[in-house]
This record gives sequence, structure tokens and C-alpha cells, in this order.
Amino acid sequence: MSVAWVDACAADDVDEEDVLRFDHGGRTFAIYRNEDDEYFATDGLCTHEKVHLADGLVLGDIIECPKHNGRFNYKTGVAKGAPACVNLKTYPVKVEGGRVLLQI
Amino acid sequence: MSANTIIIIGAGEAGSAAAIGLREGGWTGSLILANAERHRPYERPPLSKAVLTGEGEQSPSALIAHGHRFEELGVELLSNVIVQSIDRNRRAVTMADGKEIAYDRLLVAVGAIPRRLNVEGGEHALVLRTFDDSIALRAHLSAGKRLTVIGAGFIGLELAASARSLGVDVTVLEAAPRVLMRGVPAAIAELIATRHRSAGVDIRVGTSLERIEKRASDFLVHVAGGEPVRADAVVAGVGAAPNVGLAQQAGLELDNGIAVNERLATSDPDIFAAGDCCSFPHVLYGGRRVRLEAWRNAQHQGEAVARSMLGAGEAFAKVPWFWTDQYDLHFQMAGLALGASSVVTRQIADDAMLMFHLADDGRLLAASGIGPIGRVAKEVRIGEMLIERGARIAPSSLASPDVRLKSLLAA
Repeated sequence: MSVAWVDACAADDVDEEDVLRFDHGGRTFAIYRNEDDEYFATDGLCTHEKVHLADGLVLGDIIECPKHNGRFNYKTGVAKGAPACVNLKTYPVKVEGGRVLLQI
Repeated sequence: MSANTIIIIGAGEAGSAAAIGLREGGWTGSLILANAERHRPYERPPLSKAVLTGEGEQSPSALIAHGHRFEELGVELLSNVIVQSIDRNRRAVTMADGKEIAYDRLLVAVGAIPRRLNVEGGEHALVLRTFDDSIALRAHLSAGKRLTVIGAGFIGLELAASARSLGVDVTVLEAAPRVLMRGVPAAIAELIATRHRSAGVDIRVGTSLERIEKRASDFLVHVAGGEPVRADAVVAGVGAAPNVGLAQQAGLELDNGIAVNERLATSDPDIFAAGDCCSFPHVLYGGRRVRLEAWRNAQHQGEAVARSMLGAGEAFAKVPWFWTDQYDLHFQMAGLALGASSVVTRQIADDAMLMFHLADDGRLLAASGIGPIGRVAKEVRIGEMLIERGARIAPSSLASPDVRLKSLLAA
């Protein structure tokens, strides 16, 4: 089954070492840009309580939930400790023509 | 003879986190988590918010903390049990049903107890601490009902906001000259009070409660020098006292709660305490003894005390942190403003501001922010890291929105 690439935002919309919220088809995602200008995407809500991760702080490979400090590696989705213990789903990302595309 | 058993009394945030931490830290003996409530361990923060407004479910199942971790880790969760006493000489606890259980190490994580109103009729006021309290309160919160909240602290204001959003007529009576007197900067407290007033909450500060009169179908709340307030329900949010009954009976040292050292050990080296029930010397604040009533502190102390009980020697040095949500306002504060000699404000948007409290040597003591969560959470988190490092930051850098706070971490 082929999955469509969805145009999410301009590459410049995401600051370096930061995160942006992207809503699509009734779902919410988080798009990350690291210091090496690589882009990543995960589900947008913390698996602990439904809080938008895009409101949280990006530090290196880690996104921290803004409310309860649940931490995830946004490249792999792996939860890094309490209170979040369920991993985040990740999605393939590519940048083409200055646009960020997500395979969701 | 060793009982090869650790007992944790209290299955709130601290006790639950400690149970998990002990197993993850390598404890293979028996591990008993004595839960005074009939519900499985759950998270308390939603009790004043989503549980009241109906966004959450009316069952604690939605709030269950840690899923099935206890079963997976072999933690023996005993629910609906009360520990009656601690016998330190024999190293055993006695349960309410007379059963005795021996321990090698004991953790007391029994939280705090809501203060009752010390006035005539004070017993008519509801309180909010447990899931059952929240459900009992919720039954009174329908549109057009009148609720009087005594106390404009976090709990009182959170439930005022929740009640208001359900269409309840809310009056808040506060004895102090402003809301959130304890720990929240005046400028931020004023923004929160203004938001409540614009939502239609009648906040009366500097108002002393005299008595609560129960009538046939409602209450009259009498205040000094003013007209009584009519209410269908009254709720008290006047703080909580550390639950020290067991510790006191066991002869443990007390000081605004169960006194523990920086490793969270009590005056008995086999007994530890964590969370709302204990006071500890905070190394980041000159060893000043503090007692914190906050979800994150309970979680962090639970994790830390587990390491301590397994023999680690680290001092508990987490930066205190708490938050509140009221309407669309999100407030976070990292650190303690105690002993601050100056305050710097950074306006980061029309609807968002940060405040920084500094010691006289320039060290950052506290960072707080109010506004939409997306604006303030990242910045307060950076402030927390700066506090943890004992950073001294030029006030001009803190005040200017042109200086990225994150850039200060690199310094």
C-alpha cells in the first residue's frame, strides 16, 4: 500500500532546534528540526496526557512535554522516563523545494 | 533477621514513583505498596480541572497512573488498607485489621490533609484532595448553582475556573489582600484575578469568614462587616497540613512535616519520607528547609528516595516546579522566590510574560511565566535549567525579548 506524502509546512517555518505543530485530517503531529538541519515528525500529543508536544522544549534529540516533563527521543519516538512510558509514533519526513513533507 | 521487605505507606505520586524506582533500581525482595484509597493509584492534578468539567471520565480509570506497571514489576499493591502504627524497635507496621508486616526499610509517603475551616459551621464546607472528593464536588456544579470558594490559592482558583466554565455562579472569599499570596509574584496574581473577574467570578479579597449557616436548602456564608453570601455549596481551599500522625506516634523527628535529610531519610535511618508530607533541606536554596506540595516534586522525590533507600548518597536537588491552568491561562513557576532581592520582567507577547527572581549575588532563584502554554512552557523550562546550574544572568539579558533564553544555556 502506498502512503501519500503530505505537504506540512515550509522548511523555514520550523526554527533550528525547535518544533512545530501540524494538524491534518483530524490528527495532530509535531515536526522537528535539529541543529544539523534534519527534520523529523512524531505524533503531536504526549502519550502521558494529551498535551501538545509542540509547546515543549527541544534539547538535542529530546522533546520534553511542556506540562509534565515527559521526555521522548523525537528521532525514534522512544519515551525517556516518567511520567511518559509509552513511545511516540514517528513518521517519515522529507524536504523538497523548501517544503517539509510527511508520510502519514 | 532480615524481612527482605520494603513497605511503602501511601500510593500517591511519591509512593507510586518510589515503588517503580525501587524495582528499576534493582530491589528484588518483597515490595508492598499500602494504598489507603479504594481506587488504584491515580493522578491528582485533573481532580480540580478535567474531572470537574467533565472533559475527563467520571471514573479514576482515566487517571490511573502507571497502568499495569505494578503487576509487571511485582509490586504488591494493597488497596483500601490503613496502616495503624509503626513499631520502630521491631521494624514492623501494624495494619488497621491487626495484621503485622515486618520491614527492612520503610517509606512514609502519606501526603497532606486538607485544612478544615476553623469557624462555626466550617464542617459544611467540602474539600478537594481525592478522586471521591472531586466527584462529590462535581455533583454540585451545574449551571445556575451558587458556589462559594473559601481561599484563593491554587486549588480554590482552579476549581473556581472549572465551576465557572460549567455556568456556576462563583464567589471566592480570600482573607489575604490578594489572590495567590503564597509564592506567586503579585503582578502575575493580579493577571489571574483579572481573568477570573472577567469570567464573572466574584473575588473578594481581605474578607474574613465568620461562620457558615446551614439553612433548609442552602447556606449563608457570613463574613466580617458585609452581607452574607448565599451558596448552594461551599468548598474550602485553605491549604493542607502534612499528614504526620503515623510519624509522630512513631517518634520520628518533625519540622513542618516529617523532617528528612537531603537524602530523604528521617531521624530513623531505616525510615524515609517523600512528597507533601516531608520537609527537607534544599541544597539549591542554602539548605533552607522546605516542604513542597506539588505533583512534580512528589514524583521526583519518589524516584530519588528509591535510590536513597537502595544506598545511593546523592542529595535531592531538583528545582521546585509547579503549574496551574485556569481558563486559557497557563502559569508555570520553576524555583523559589524566597530571599530574592530583585525581580526582572520580560514581556514576550501581548498575552504572555515571564518574571525572574534574582538573589543579591545575581543568581537566578525563580522563573515564572503566564500566558498560553506554547509561549511560556519552553521559557520556564530553560529558566529551570539555569536555576539548576546556579547561573548568574545579567538582568538586561533576562528582560530583553531579543535575547533568546536558550542562548543563555550555552554560556
